[in-house]
Amino acid sequence: MPSLDDLKKRIKSVKSTQKITKAMKMVAAAKLRKAQESAEKGRPYSQKMQNIILNLTKSINDPQNAPKLLVGTGEDKKYLCVVLTADRGLCGGFNSNICKLAKNNFKKILGEGKELNIITVGSKGYDQIKREYGKYVIKKFSFKDKKSISFNEADEVGKEIISLFNQNKFDKCIIFYNNFKNVITQIPQAQQIIPAETKNLKEGYDESFSYEFEPEEDEILEDLLPKNISTQVFKALLENAASEQGSRMTAMDNATRNAGDLVDKLTIDYNRSRQASITKELIEIISGAESL
Amino acid sequence: MSDLFTVEIISPEQSILKQETNEATIPSYEGQMGILKNHIPLITFLRPGIITIKTNVEKKFYVEEGTVEFSNNNLLILTSTANDLANLDKALVNDLLKEAELQLNNTDSTDKERYVAAYKIETLREISQLRG
Repeated sequence: MPSLDDLKKRIKSVKSTQKITKAMKMVAAAKLRKAQESAEKGRPYSQKMQNIILNLTKSINDPQNAPKLLVGTGEDKKYLCVVLTADRGLCGGFNSNICKLAKNNFKKILGEGKELNIITVGSKGYDQIKREYGKYVIKKFSFKDKKSISFNEADEVGKEIISLFNQNKFDKCIIFYNNFKNVITQIPQAQQIIPAETKNLKEGYDESFSYEFEPEEDEILEDLLPKNISTQVFKALLENAASEQGSRMTAMDNATRNAGDLVDKLTIDYNRSRQASITKELIEIISGAESL
Repeated sequence: MSDLFTVEIISPEQSILKQETNEATIPSYEGQMGILKNHIPLITFLRPGIITIKTNVEKKFYVEEGTVEFSNNNLLILTSTANDLANLDKALVNDLLKEAELQLNNTDSTDKERYVAAYKIETLREISQLRG
């Protein structure tokens, strides 16, 4: 049985932990609003971009000569996986969920005897992946010192992907990130960005216009496809940022509640042992008086 | 019948503008292009220049690059650099101008980069002249 003093100390320490988690929850909630807003604002751009590309793809008559970024190299041997995670911890299963999904995919890719390269964005992802797959990581990005994500960061990642593609380092590129559904639900996702997955695009978008292209359509595609890669990365980064805050908020909310429960339990223990010691003292006094 | 159509300018960070308009002029890659209602479906991209949107009030945006799609009387402009001319301050214009001049004189630049840089300079000069 811990002494009264020990219990008192524990209650105090749990209470101060609770204060910390509560503060973190508030901060996450404030950041979440901002992140969610920018994720929602960023959605139309990537969606419209995809629509344009879809329209362009439809009008390609000669798939043999189509840009490789769109149709792929025609091979299926080398994979590039881009794992997008957060730079900070204490956000529940956020980072682990992405890594788990990514690792399952790694296993599958390696199991099929294919070549694997990994790029990590965010230091937490690298930490989790490096133990098993460290030797496959060819580059790691971290935007820890950036306050908010802008398109430039995504462009940096996008350009790296494209330059690797042009060097023939991979045939397929998959990005892993958390899709922000709502505050409590974030869905880890694997999205193939090279070659562009057309079946994933909005179905029923069948406005079959014959577009006028200026300049030629392949020139437009050449300009647009690299941009689309960066846009997809940017979208993933924004979704991730919102998910991270949402996940942290829920995790911290749970932690605060748990701390509350623990304080209640400890308080009961504390009161019980206080009462026990008072009773014991009383009995001693009474029995002492009786013997006189 | 009204001869209005919708114009949307969207950047990766946010949607900048969505409104009805009579006429829009965009600096397409191969030349200035005026768009009215019922234009043929079109996809093109932009060179540095000024987008002008004409309604009762004229709105002007400075853009460096972007993609344009016109379909169903909906003009969609996707660009990462759209600045409302009214908000563009002189120091920024000068900075951009210097940058573009550097690029133009850089011997490593490709012809395409130079072509773009030349337009950038022209547009920026025009803007700073407007400002006086």
